[in-house]
Amino acid sequence: MSAAEPGESTPRAHHDLGGVPKFLCEAVDTAPHALSDFDRRVDALRQILGAAGIMRVDELRRGIEAIPEATYHRLSYYERWARSITDTLLRKGVITEAELTAALERLA
Amino acid sequence: MTPLAPGARVRVRDDWPETRGPAHIRTPHYVRGREGVVVRHLGDFPNPEDLAFAREAAILPLYHVRFAPRHIWPSGVSADGLLVELFGPWLEAQR
Amino acid sequence: MSALLERDPRRLFAAVLSLLEAKGMLSEADLAERIALTDAATPGQGARMVARAWVDPTYRALMLADGTRAAEALGIPMRGAPPLGVLENRPGLHHLVVCTLCSCYPRAVLGYPPFWFKSAAYRARAVRDPRGLIAEWGTVLPAGTEIVVVDSTADYRWMVLPLRPAGSEGLDEAALTALVREGDMIGVTVPAFGR
Repeated sequence: MSAAEPGESTPRAHHDLGGVPKFLCEAVDTAPHALSDFDRRVDALRQILGAAGIMRVDELRRGIEAIPEATYHRLSYYERWARSITDTLLRKGVITEAELTAALERLA
Repeated sequence: MTPLAPGARVRVRDDWPETRGPAHIRTPHYVRGREGVVVRHLGDFPNPEDLAFAREAAILPLYHVRFAPRHIWPSGVSADGLLVELFGPWLEAQR
Repeated sequence: MSALLERDPRRLFAAVLSLLEAKGMLSEADLAERIALTDAATPGQGARMVARAWVDPTYRALMLADGTRAAEALGIPMRGAPPLGVLENRPGLHHLVVCTLCSCYPRAVLGYPPFWFKSAAYRARAVRDPRGLIAEWGTVLPAGTEIVVVDSTADYRWMVLPLRPAGSEGLDEAALTALVREGDMIGVTVPAFGR
């Protein structure tokens, strides 16, 4: 059996959090947090894209795991989803970078 | 691949695909290289490691495997058992 | 990876929605319909299953053997949902559910995962020190109780069938349903009568 403690010297990915020492002394926020309209809409879009066969939940997870560690912990739960959905739709060519750039400019 | 029966002793492969490039792994880091016992076969499901990249995915057996947390972490452990869903290719049968 | 992903995710989302709408792949009505369906799944669904299992041994056996069929037997929509597994607490045995890799949660029967379930602290601590973790909810199990932690890593979703609390013998099924909280079905709390 390896003597190393899992999470200290093993090359775990940053989302792979089971037993990780860094968070063991962190309190859990047990208070209820109401979901925002943004949260619900992101969640709904993910479901719609899944049901339509455009992206799988596995692809959502891959995109979340690809977020750099500092950003991963800074973004809210559904902000990670929004980023991952965008990433996946770009990768699959459902939307293009040019279209997204233009759409972002229209929002401004 | 011979199906694993309840009670079979297994060792999780000590493998780290995430160090070799983009990967999506559903085998938590803390069970890799560890021994456990198969509780039951949960069913057969497409491999998430391929689904995550929109690749064709083989259908794999999924098992509930029980581990002893006190054998995984040296200290600060109050769990008596740990059940994890793991796909067949990650498991090596032990005698 | 596109540099555009570094933009504010809320703006990315608004831009993506506008593109999908322009392509005819999505409408505001689709979103509203999906949100309504999702909001309809609440911990009250799982609570109905628990209360039925407490009063009906046949239902309890079904629930432990096949959570999906047990949910459907109470009219809870499960089509398209991952298979549901049910973990039976017994005197001396307690279960706690976590997803250390992301946030897999039995949404069909409990609704959206709560904030704490998705937090790094919960995901890190649950597999290692569940006793210390559930103490944050004030939960203390009887001495000698074994805790089995279930890390929801793949295609199943897991809920806990908690112990029926002492003192609840005279309650009917509806009153029992009202006793069961979200956390009781994940294992961070246990149902209590008269709390």
